[in-house]
Amino acid sequence: MNGVHDMGGVHGLGPVAPETDEPPFHADWEQRVLAMVIASPTRGNIDAGRHQRELIPGADYLRISYYEKWFEALEAMLLQGGFVTPEELTSARSDPAAPKATPRLKAQDVAPAFTRRGSYLREPPAPAVFAVGDRVRALNLHPAGHTRLPRYVRGRVGVIERVHGAHVYPDTHAHTGADDPRWLYTVRFASRELWGLGAAERDSVSLDLWEPYLERA
Amino acid sequence: MSRDHDHHGQTPPSDIALRVKALESLMVEKGLVDPAALDAIVEHFEHRVGPRNGAQVVARAWADPAYRQRLLADATEAIAELGYGGGGQGEHMVAVENAPGLHNLVVCTLCSCYPWPVLGLPPVWYKSAPYRSRAVIDPRGVLMEFGTELAPEVEIRVWDSTAEIRYLVVPERPAGTEGLDEAALAALVTRNGMIGTALL
Repeated sequence: MNGVHDMGGVHGLGPVAPETDEPPFHADWEQRVLAMVIASPTRGNIDAGRHQRELIPGADYLRISYYEKWFEALEAMLLQGGFVTPEELTSARSDPAAPKATPRLKAQDVAPAFTRRGSYLREPPAPAVFAVGDRVRALNLHPAGHTRLPRYVRGRVGVIERVHGAHVYPDTHAHTGADDPRWLYTVRFASRELWGLGAAERDSVSLDLWEPYLERA
Repeated sequence: MSRDHDHHGQTPPSDIALRVKALESLMVEKGLVDPAALDAIVEHFEHRVGPRNGAQVVARAWADPAYRQRLLADATEAIAELGYGGGGQGEHMVAVENAPGLHNLVVCTLCSCYPWPVLGLPPVWYKSAPYRSRAVIDPRGVLMEFGTELAPEVEIRVWDSTAEIRYLVVPERPAGTEGLDEAALAALVTRNGMIGTALL
């Protein structure tokens, strides 16, 4: 979706404000939001979570903090999944008639979960279309749903720099939960191809793009 | 920061703090989360992961040419050798090395993708609109806001983390560090150096 989250190249959002000796969290509630999101029964589909945050209305998205976005998306996903009702959210009390669930993640499961290595690599559906060194154009796509093809590269030509294998495809996964694996490539774009002659001649921007985003150039 | 801060802090809890507290008690009451698991997750991010992990990877790459080769060829496996990589946001790692005349900078323009196992949670500025919007179009201007000035002839490669590949910048080893062991080298490596917003 062409949301405000897709902000590469936008002007007017202010200077960067680095913070000296920044702590991992700035308030206790931020810790609890992060932990609740990770332990929640709604966890498991990273693309659905990202898309839920993209669906936050644009003006709110720019105004509220990072962990507030996580909190809003968590509430929305708990409602959608039927894990809580609107009445329960309003009253902050469990419906006495509702059956009690069993937490997905127990305390003793946390440490093993943080040492387990995952992977988004899947069996390829077909041979890779592109190889390192190929010139490709990012397609001019504007899907209304989730995508990881930023607006600032659409229609631009780059070069395949690395082939990563077939990875879970977010455009499908966010909406249906199906992996729908597609080949993933690192594509390098000259900064001048993206931004014109104002960019430094030798600079470049590399993105990881799935095969359905690309055509041969 | 301890949870007691909520009860004894100088400032009254904010609206969002109250909403979070209400949702947590509801989720606990309904059996959707285990409060002890929440504590363990917080403990992990406060004490188990952070840029010290990444600094050890960089120091090893500086000290051990064979490790450096493995890191540049397959960062996921090389980082796993040192015991890092589990728990998400580090499933597929790529290490990009700075060199004389070449500088790397990492961003996620679409959200906040960041290599948690080696760098911990991202700083607020990394997740902020100013950084996400401008790192790709004006990397030199962004670097100046960190006090990092690169010569005009230096090539900048920006890496926009649009998939589940996570990037770690290997900064240039500072001059005059030939006699240092790995622990002393690791102490020189900063988080911003491994994102690419600082030089060492």
